Amino acid sequence: MKRRDVWIWTAALIGLALVAPYFLYPVFLMQGLCMALFACAFDLLLGYVGLLSFGHAAFMGSAAYITSHVCKVWGLPPELGILCGVAVAAALGVVFGALAIRRQGIYFAMITLALAQMVAFYALEAPFTGGEDGIQGVPRGHLFGVIDLGHTLTMYYFVLVMFLIGFGIIARTIHSPFGQVIKAIRENEPRAISLGYSVDRYKLMAFVLSAALAGLAGAMKALVFQFAALTDVDWTTSGEVVLMTLVGGVGTSLGPIVGAFIIVAMDNYLAQTGSWVTIIEGIIFIVCVLTFRRGIVGVLAPYIVGARGAPRTAMLSAEQGSASVVTSAPARISEANGGNARRSGDASTKTHK
Amino acid sequence: MLSWLHVAMPPAPLFFAQLLVGLINGSFYALLSLGLAIIFGLLNIINFAHGAQYMMGAFCAWFLLNWLGIGYWPALIIAPVTVGIVGIVTERLLLRQIAHLDHLYGLLLTFGLALVIQGLFRQKYGSSGLPYTIPDQLQGASNLGFMFLPIYRGWVIVASLVVCLGTWFAIERTRLGAYLRAATENASLVQAFGINVPRMVTLTYGAGVALAALAGVLAAPIYQVSPLMGSNLIIVVFAVVVIGGMGSILGAIISGFALGLIEGLTKVFYPEASNTVIFAIMALVLLVKPAGLFGRAT
Repeated sequence: MKRRDVWIWTAALIGLALVAPYFLYPVFLMQGLCMALFACAFDLLLGYVGLLSFGHAAFMGSAAYITSHVCKVWGLPPELGILCGVAVAAALGVVFGALAIRRQGIYFAMITLALAQMVAFYALEAPFTGGEDGIQGVPRGHLFGVIDLGHTLTMYYFVLVMFLIGFGIIARTIHSPFGQVIKAIRENEPRAISLGYSVDRYKLMAFVLSAALAGLAGAMKALVFQFAALTDVDWTTSGEVVLMTLVGGVGTSLGPIVGAFIIVAMDNYLAQTGSWVTIIEGIIFIVCVLTFRRGIVGVLAPYIVGARGAPRTAMLSAEQGSASVVTSAPARISEANGGNARRSGDASTKTHK
Repeated sequence: MLSWLHVAMPPAPLFFAQLLVGLINGSFYALLSLGLAIIFGLLNIINFAHGAQYMMGAFCAWFLLNWLGIGYWPALIIAPVTVGIVGIVTERLLLRQIAHLDHLYGLLLTFGLALVIQGLFRQKYGSSGLPYTIPDQLQGASNLGFMFLPIYRGWVIVASLVVCLGTWFAIERTRLGAYLRAATENASLVQAFGINVPRMVTLTYGAGVALAALAGVLAAPIYQVSPLMGSNLIIVVFAVVVIGGMGSILGAIISGFALGLIEGLTKVFYPEASNTVIFAIMALVLLVKPAGLFGRAT
């Protein structure tokens, strides 16, 4: 896609977002934007570093709790509340990231899941989180002391601005030299190491950035709904963000946004049907993994922007390191190559269809 | 679960009671992480549906008792076989399709599977538990001198130990186990020797799932039979697996029991941390020995 086209598309989408609250329920849109930012932050790890975190709810949820506490109990204005929430999420990201990047692949997913569960238990038992009730009645307050966020539309535009800032940070990161390095790590970690990159440091930086932005999403969500609850830190939320990204398209810039809005809309639509939300989410998971691994945007993008500008087929990490627990280092490299061969085989069957 | 003990008894029995609870939990950790380790060894996927399959085992026992009048002892065989067959079908229909892809897809697929299974059971039976009575032969408690041991709990520990060691023996000391270990190391080479590896993969998955279901039947009289009984347990078991390292069968068994005991002890000395102690140990192990206590370095 040409640079000019990018700007046209961006302007069109932002224009759409500006008028959307006059046609759609603003709270739904705000929820969608928060989850979209959450999914984009998650996809920064999965799509560009190739790390599947199964514990991202910990960052979103802890930020939601901290922002709620700071705004409600300490009575500080929303901008400071959000700042505190993001700071705590980032700090948590440093700790979890430093631990989790010591293992790869499947282990990485299990470790992040287990660490996040620790946060969930803490949220259940800590004195300030309100246990099963969560923190309710969080005041939105006045932004910088002047802008009253109590108005739904004002809140919407505030959320939109924060979303665009978060999305901008991610887009800028991906297209920076730093972004090139993390993509190189995704493609071939041993080679990135041999080129002299301190792979662990890059992974950790990406992890912390992702955690902080997930925290931003959680802080916004707490202000939108004016409460923080246990579901925010629950592992089901971690699973949901994986699903959003998978549905929209792993490693595509707009995919997580599309996926987030679809899943949020489905959740709202099916909210009254009890467990059917879970069942249908599970079915979507299975169908996506079996037949639709590139996601909606991954499939549609080539048709919209033309084959030349088509994003690279989004697959999970090229590293097969997860399988290498029982194999030696040379075997691992050959296995990674085998993985690549198999992946291209997969791609060719896809085009065959 | 044993909260009446806190009130009625002095500290020493409390200590032993929590130790017992720890051993019971450890029995389930060991059985479940053993199943995960076996499946991981050959299929290279983490079976996220393990908790749901454990729950299916418990429900299967409950169905047998309440629909067909079949009691606990036959259920110990029938439930694992039934759920194991479901697992075999799952492997054939779903997991085989993605065997050639990145193994993270296996995690995502089984996660979806877990959501579907748990959702369906919750839709039908709600979130509250269904009672399952202890069989007559295992009712009551025996006085060990320093504490009362409810016989059923003693049985669970013994049964789990026997099954775990039996599995270890089957894998490490029999011909079939040798094939299995060989296929874990290099599947295509084993296949070249004329062993039907795809069938072995299917049966291995079925066996791992059957182990989870067996744990479910054992758990049914202790915990209530409920659709969500496996969902939080499985995350703890993941942590156990990370601590133990997945390379070793014996490692999975030992770390399962050991972590159950440590959790029980934490309940005595620092109850606030009892839910999180296993995760904290996991973090510690990752710092000191990232490959896990019994794992081989990556």
